[in-house]
Amino acid sequence: MHIPDGFIDGKTAAATALLSAAGVGLALRQVRRRLPPRRVPLLGLAAAFLFAAQMVNFPVAAGVSGHLIGGVLVAALLGPSAAVVVLTTVLIVQCFLFADGGVLALGANVFNMALVGAVGGCAIYHGVRRGWPGRRGQVAAVAFAGWCSTVLAATCCAGQLAWSGTVAWSAAFPALTGTHMIIGVGEGLISALVLLAVLRARPDLASEPGDAASPGRGGELVRYGLLAALGLALFVAPFACPWPDGLESVAARLGFEHRAAPPAIAAPAADYQAPGVSWAVGATALAGAAGTVIVFGLAGLLAWSLVPRPEEKARAGKP
Amino acid sequence: MIDHWIGHYHRGPDTVVSRLPASLKLGVALAIIAGTVLAPPRAAGWYLAVAAALAGAVILSRMPMRFLLKRLAWLSPLVLGVAVANVFQPGGRGNWPTVAVKSMLCLATIITVSNTTPFSHILRVLRAVRVPALLITTLALMHRYLFVLAEEAERMRRARTSRLFTRPRRARWRLLSTVVGQLFVRASERAERIYGAMCARGWK
Repeated sequence: MHIPDGFIDGKTAAATALLSAAGVGLALRQVRRRLPPRRVPLLGLAAAFLFAAQMVNFPVAAGVSGHLIGGVLVAALLGPSAAVVVLTTVLIVQCFLFADGGVLALGANVFNMALVGAVGGCAIYHGVRRGWPGRRGQVAAVAFAGWCSTVLAATCCAGQLAWSGTVAWSAAFPALTGTHMIIGVGEGLISALVLLAVLRARPDLASEPGDAASPGRGGELVRYGLLAALGLALFVAPFACPWPDGLESVAARLGFEHRAAPPAIAAPAADYQAPGVSWAVGATALAGAAGTVIVFGLAGLLAWSLVPRPEEKARAGKP
Repeated sequence: MIDHWIGHYHRGPDTVVSRLPASLKLGVALAIIAGTVLAPPRAAGWYLAVAAALAGAVILSRMPMRFLLKRLAWLSPLVLGVAVANVFQPGGRGNWPTVAVKSMLCLATIITVSNTTPFSHILRVLRAVRVPALLITTLALMHRYLFVLAEEAERMRRARTSRLFTRPRRARWRLLSTVVGQLFVRASERAERIYGAMCARGWK
């Protein structure tokens, strides 16, 4: 989902760069204040780990394979602010060393994957954990949050491409969000399995490093939430409002409707296509809503089947 | 082997381009990329000039052409996707040729710079432009241990395949996740050792 240079225009690049700079600045300040110096090298190592982990291929079917994206996993293991720093580091190295993702698009990529993907996923993770404590809840939460973060980041990416005028929202949203609803299932599953493996090997590593700092977490997440909401209001909201009048009215208000006006020849076709296109957008949104419920159920089932019941473990540990 | 695997052409020959200061190269690259992204769709002159300058830099740096073309081919699925999306677009703006040209030029620019400039020099430039020290430390550590951990993952994969006679179909994902989980555990244990080493050398 790395956006290369040339796919987004100047205004999108500038807006996302500003939002990302604010978010990364906030994350660095939080980390400097809260993270004990003992754990500072862990940020670099976690970034290197994420990079190496992304090269482990999970076979899906018929030659297709996927890999971990890992934003939510890192956020669950290290906390949201550390995850933002780690993901930003990974994105900078991928951009400057491997030319993966554009330089001017770096702000957009950081916004999508670190601020919306990882922090948004982290908020969902903590929300689920609050309602479902224990190890089972933790595994279910990371699986569900992994799916949500992938879909959220893809929706943001579609919004940026549409705002730049590269691809119309009616094409970008179903294509990107639709595929990532499938990719997200793999991401959620891998995140849960990896978290479980870490819990088995070193339970202390996965047991909420931020617990001591938890009083501040609410405020921390709220500040990231404000930044993410600002971005979503820019890229996604204009398109997601009641379709298609919302977009037209926004276009008219901002005075750029003439740019969107199709050439005279295509006029009848454009009129004809609009309902079909909005149908695809509506169907994707509906699938997303239904998918959220289904995936939550699946995450619960996964945790149920993978994690032994606490009583059994206590009984097994007794003799 | 790892370098080949990751797709990074590690250290090139010592040429005129690789001897230029990193700040100059990064500045010029940034100017080229910004100019290309912001250029109007029909600025053919600018695109041609950038392409000519890049071709010159690539020839001077003696970077293998095949490597560059292989990396550029990575973009093609995205460009193809935009092309398909443009066909289904109601207004039919049809801007994908511009997007394709712009992204190809930007990608070629950054590939040329990243393969003629050591990453530590890039970090020095970032430090000079006042990027926060914590981010620089994290970047430096990541770059240092990137190849170490990638090799570790490869060793674990080899050890696993050498111990398994059959190809387990159903437990495959669980096995692979154990490898990834173990990789995280090893990375954090290594981080603790590194912290001790850093303190021993007077890091604060």
